[in-house]
Amino acid sequence: MGYVAVKGGTKAIEESIKRLKYERVKKGTAIELHKIEAGMRGLIDQVMSESSLYDQTLAALAIKQAEGNPEEAVFLLRAYRSTLPRKHVSRVISSENMKVERRISASFKDVPGGQILGATTDYTHRLLDSELEQESDISIQDWLRAFQDENHSIENQDHMGDLNHLPKVLDYLRSEGLLAGCENNDLQPGDVTRKSLEFPSMRSERLQILTRGQTGAVTSLAYAVIRGYGALHPTVGELRVGQLPVHLDHPLLDEGQEEDSYYIGDFTATEVEMLIPLTVEKDQGKKEIEFEVGYGMCMGQNETKAIAMGILDNCLEKPNKEFPSHNEEFVLYHIDSVESTGFISHLKMPHYVTFQSKLDSIRKSKDKTTEQEVGLHE
Amino acid sequence: MSVLEVPVLSVKQLNKQYGNGCSTCNYMKLGKVTKNYCHECGTVYACRGVTFDLHHGEVLGIVGESGSGKSTLMKSLYFDEEVTDGDMYVAGFEDGKKNLFMESAQKKRFVRNHLMGKVYQNPILGLKMNFSSIGNIAEKLISAGNRHVGSMETRGAELLEAVNIPIHRMKEEPRNFSGGMQQRVQIAKALSNNPPILLLDEVTTGLDLSVQASVLDLIKGLQRDLNISIVLVSHDLGVIRMLADRTLVMLEGKVIEQGLTDQILEDPQHSYTQQLVHSLL
Amino acid sequence: MNKTYNFAFFDEGSKREIRRATLKAIAIPGYQVPFASREMPIGRGWGTGGLQLTLSLIGKDDVLKVIDQGSDESVNAVNIKKLVSDTTGVRTTESTADASLIQSRHRVPEVPLQRDQILILQVPLPEPLRNFEPSEQETKKLHAEREYSGAWLMLFEQIMKYGIMATDADHPVMVHDRYVMAPSPIPRFDNAKLDDSEALILLGAGREKKVYALPPYTNVSSLAFDDYAFEIESFTNHACILCGSNDLFLDELVDGESGETYFQCNDTSNCLEMVNQKQISGVK
Repeated sequence: MGYVAVKGGTKAIEESIKRLKYERVKKGTAIELHKIEAGMRGLIDQVMSESSLYDQTLAALAIKQAEGNPEEAVFLLRAYRSTLPRKHVSRVISSENMKVERRISASFKDVPGGQILGATTDYTHRLLDSELEQESDISIQDWLRAFQDENHSIENQDHMGDLNHLPKVLDYLRSEGLLAGCENNDLQPGDVTRKSLEFPSMRSERLQILTRGQTGAVTSLAYAVIRGYGALHPTVGELRVGQLPVHLDHPLLDEGQEEDSYYIGDFTATEVEMLIPLTVEKDQGKKEIEFEVGYGMCMGQNETKAIAMGILDNCLEKPNKEFPSHNEEFVLYHIDSVESTGFISHLKMPHYVTFQSKLDSIRKSKDKTTEQEVGLHE
Repeated sequence: MSVLEVPVLSVKQLNKQYGNGCSTCNYMKLGKVTKNYCHECGTVYACRGVTFDLHHGEVLGIVGESGSGKSTLMKSLYFDEEVTDGDMYVAGFEDGKKNLFMESAQKKRFVRNHLMGKVYQNPILGLKMNFSSIGNIAEKLISAGNRHVGSMETRGAELLEAVNIPIHRMKEEPRNFSGGMQQRVQIAKALSNNPPILLLDEVTTGLDLSVQASVLDLIKGLQRDLNISIVLVSHDLGVIRMLADRTLVMLEGKVIEQGLTDQILEDPQHSYTQQLVHSLL
Repeated sequence: MNKTYNFAFFDEGSKREIRRATLKAIAIPGYQVPFASREMPIGRGWGTGGLQLTLSLIGKDDVLKVIDQGSDESVNAVNIKKLVSDTTGVRTTESTADASLIQSRHRVPEVPLQRDQILILQVPLPEPLRNFEPSEQETKKLHAEREYSGAWLMLFEQIMKYGIMATDADHPVMVHDRYVMAPSPIPRFDNAKLDDSEALILLGAGREKKVYALPPYTNVSSLAFDDYAFEIESFTNHACILCGSNDLFLDELVDGESGETYFQCNDTSNCLEMVNQKQISGVK
């Protein structure tokens, strides 16, 4: 009898897992975690950002286990993240204190503090570099020594200014009166990993879901917005990549003071402030243009995603029934990697009880139709 | 007091504003505004102190230009939007003694489902375009508690026939229908559970003249046969003249004139009404 | 047992939080309680809602049964069972009567449940009104106001189109005359087992982040019209080829060689028990 497709499961699973391991190791060479950490910064940054877990080593482990498949790697880290108790909450991090490594503005050529290109692929020619085939640890170390000597002499010239306190483009616009000031919102932010989302959502919740969103999904939706399936036309006010310091309050002191707090390390982040022009109607139909800000912030260097996030942030601030990209349920419910890939892949599961039930319905409705036709002929 | 003297619907001092108001427009006291709009804070005072009664079997017309607040008024009456303040009493609900605007969402829904019907200017708002026409009518009946398919089908067919929709098309979705037909399905739906109050919001606007005439005839016939009370909103004084017993004229959110329709047409008092009547002639 | 993780995978704080949502669900039968669904080591849509309930409730003395589409041996059931026993070390069983916790996808076991048992159903789409109204904010309002015309209207439309209520699995139910609830994609055949159940029934939707419950002895009725009764799947004139039952939910199968259709119990462990009983009484 043919009734084995979904039985004998225990044995089948064991064999399948063995087969999977074989696929991972069949070439006979192991990839070490430190090599993943050393050479796969882009993938690590993407995986950390979508997992919302900042740990390069764990990310490297997940990438190794997932054979480099980001969807699987994120899945592994998210599941691991669920088991971690929440012991501390950091002090508020002010992004003005970023140790900037890269900073550009598309809005101003001569931005106060200057444009800092930093490390970017933007101006590389996308030509396959066959020299990398021959790259060895020795050639890398030689290059590094030369690079450090060169850098050392640059730092000595000391014309870089203070990279820890660069002025923000938005502050300049505010001082020029082109951008309305905004009050600090000191409300306790929501936490989408601890409380299920309810609508209308808070902005803090929206930003969390956007920053955890699948890179491709966030990018595609934002692309749809600027191509016309949305109602805004943004420019990059400022994009920064750099290190942000994290401080914890002393656990035993009630009123945490900054000087009592502990510095526990830095993390790399990409921060984007998008400028979105908005026509506002003033007195007697007189129209003026003002700027609004869309905010993007991702762990690691994830520039496209951070820009896309800034676009969607502003879209969701302005609900618009004409465009799904301005509908918070549409955007927030569908960009999460673990949720979307899980539900799509669950279609692989057997559905034969439901199918049997559907067969029954179809047969009965056919009987009914025949009955009625017979009735008509009689 | 006889039943006939108790209004079927009574609205008192209905106010509806969009925006929070500010010190310039003096919130509801209306200091400095142009028309019904505050330039300082952008608040729109869409309805200002609207008060009227609707009597049994009466057709009450509300006329005014776009932006006069008449559609906002209709949305408020059907609870599509929440009012800023004011009272509304309906004879069939708690003996007409409870202010419906202060009642719970469930109670409001009860009144919508059992005591009112509404026909929207835009059929998309009044119909589910991807459900069958008979299903659209059944929705209203189900809301009012009906759980018998046969009786709903019969009632639906009867109503569709009354509004001149061929019975063999009753299982079709209204999105396949012309504008006039969609409007007639909406009317059938609104009438399905014999509501004592029918709200008609610009029901003929945007239809061809001949279709307009047939829809107006239909309403007139139904009103006569069912003796239903109707609030009818239109910017078109011609429609008002044909159907309304009594008329309110609205401008900038306020009722500026009211009276018997004939009286308003023949002897308009307010300069705006005079202008309106003049343009009709 | 996997020692790198806490007992039952989660940290205790997370378990408590899920239990709090579950208690609320039990207190309001049929009401969907939002909860902070965690990312799990199995895929969203693969039973994470049920699994979170199981893990938050399971204790060392529990005996666990997991079934998927009626079968204890299906890959997915085995996989979930393995994860729970790896992280807890609890005993598992295939016998419905021996289990204290039963996690199931798309079936209620044929063996009647007892008062000390808990049935946990996996739910893909918890919102019975979703096809009528796509917005969560709106459906929440409809539930609050007990406005269920939409649920009935969907059935009415099916009658208009097909002449019958053409629902398959997941036919909506009314719970205690208050909330319309999606019973999860169990066949219509199983709807009656939810009514007045002796066991506590919990339903968990991981991806949609909802928990809901039917406490013991809750009234559960399948939506139907006065003149169109609710009908279960019928297997007229068919019986299980193995145990001979003709009043249970059957799978329709085709013999690969002869091409003939035959029927077999969907609840495999119950079928096995019936076969064994027959053999024992046959020996006597």
